[in-house]
Amino acid sequence: MKLGLVVDLDTCVGCHACATACKQWNTSGTIGPLSDTAPYDKDPIGTWLNRIRSYEVEERTPAGNASSKTVHMPMSCMQCDDAACVTVCPTGASYKREEDGIVLIDQDKCMGCNLCAWACPYGARELDLDQGVMKKCTLCVDRIYDQELPEAERQPACVLTCPTSSRVFGDFDDPDSAVSKLTVERGGKPLMPELGYNPVNRYLPPRNNSDVPTISAEKDAVANQAGPSKLKQWANKLIAR
Amino acid sequence: MKPAFSVLIFTVTSGAGYGLLLWMLFSQLGLYLSYGETVDLHELIGGGLLGLVLVTVGLLSSTLHLANPKNAWRAFNRFRTSWLSREGVFALMFYPAFLTYVYLVWSQNGTITTAAMVAGLLAMIIAVLVNISTGMIYASLKPIRQWHKPLTTPIYVLFSLMSGALIYLALNAVTHGHISYDLSHGYLILAAITLITKWRYFASIGKPAGATINTATSLGNEDKQAGKSQAAVRLLDAGHSAETFLTNEFGYDAGAMKLMKLRKMMWLLAFVIPAITVVLGAHFQFNGAAFFAIAICFAGLLTERWLFFAEARHVVRLYHGDQET
Repeated sequence: MKLGLVVDLDTCVGCHACATACKQWNTSGTIGPLSDTAPYDKDPIGTWLNRIRSYEVEERTPAGNASSKTVHMPMSCMQCDDAACVTVCPTGASYKREEDGIVLIDQDKCMGCNLCAWACPYGARELDLDQGVMKKCTLCVDRIYDQELPEAERQPACVLTCPTSSRVFGDFDDPDSAVSKLTVERGGKPLMPELGYNPVNRYLPPRNNSDVPTISAEKDAVANQAGPSKLKQWANKLIAR
Repeated sequence: MKPAFSVLIFTVTSGAGYGLLLWMLFSQLGLYLSYGETVDLHELIGGGLLGLVLVTVGLLSSTLHLANPKNAWRAFNRFRTSWLSREGVFALMFYPAFLTYVYLVWSQNGTITTAAMVAGLLAMIIAVLVNISTGMIYASLKPIRQWHKPLTTPIYVLFSLMSGALIYLALNAVTHGHISYDLSHGYLILAAITLITKWRYFASIGKPAGATINTATSLGNEDKQAGKSQAAVRLLDAGHSAETFLTNEFGYDAGAMKLMKLRKMMWLLAFVIPAITVVLGAHFQFNGAAFFAIAICFAGLLTERWLFFAEARHVVRLYHGDQET
């Protein structure tokens, strides 16, 4: 199994519900708490496993017309196949599970050296300033296998809460899973593949707007040179200003 | 990257300690093998103690930047994969090897037996391995272009040897009463090699390369059909109103002017002033010059390490609006 997420950049509205749901579930989950420092003060700082950033993309349609978009991009751990964060960890606190590929941190072994956060290009790891240990997305490992939950709820908190269903969870090793199908259909892309970490999560690109039919200014000018018809001239005279 | 002061102190201090002990062992073993000269016990104990203090202070300082130091002992667990773990293991292995050498030489009144020779050589190899591991911790990090360079590790080794040579020169001046011409020449050659290497390193990190905001976000690549190579992608909203762990750790910006000034200062403090001081000190036979050179060189090395962090730009910055690193 290779568990991971597909994020649809076309439908994400940037509401931050995934980040909030993630924090709510995981602060009392297996790696919790996700500590905040001075949460109601001037400079609050806290541990989040999921962050959403918004970008402006200045694209053009194939016909050359402007097609700029605002794209919201939620990011959590990519559960990389070649996870350098695990390689650099000196204590063995960071590990990647053989059975489903989830990258986890043993909170009891971490010494808080930050090296894994330096090795991660995606900013997926954040040091809990209060506890002094590293925190990261667990893909809600304490939800997805929980037999006490109804089967439909055995999904990461971010996926369950997403109001536009922009996040999909599943097994990338299974070609018939929703995540595999979506990746093929929509051309899902990895982020920064050139670094060679082989991230598992895929991002579905925003759809390109179709060209809106427009009136060419030059055509109008040619049409206007001929001048109004006789009937129109007569009507114009008749209607006094 | 935000410069972590305890890490700067650590790499400069223990680097100098390992360098000093390396030169001391090299000179003692070399003199014994070439001329059968016995080891000066004052140098052995004094230099050995000074070196071990420098190494140990540095190593202890490195634990200060840990957020959870009570688990530091676990850092020896992943020798096969982690350079940080290797650094820790080698650093620990150095003590028994070096102390065995000191004990064997001291108990034989300065004569180096075969066993002492083996222990000394082993300590030298381990000292180099510690420095290589330190460099590789940084050089192995692909998300930081300025660190992921072939010259990163050689520079850590060279700076350790250079600062160690300077301290050994001062130590030798104390035990022999004057600054040795041979040692000062050796130091000057080493300083020149280090300077050229650092110069070439700066040249190699000059231009932005690698990942861009386009590859980081996977956005803007469709524009290829429209004739342009890539569409512009700009950050509209980082999603938070205060600082985060990521912006604190990776968002450090010293400003280009300050960096250029500090680079000039680094050349002066780490190379030019100590070199001139040593030359003058050797010429006028003034031992105090060597100690002055050490102090200035340490300030220069701290500046060099600070720059190494401040000039490094992690790719996470691309998600916070940087176009390239």
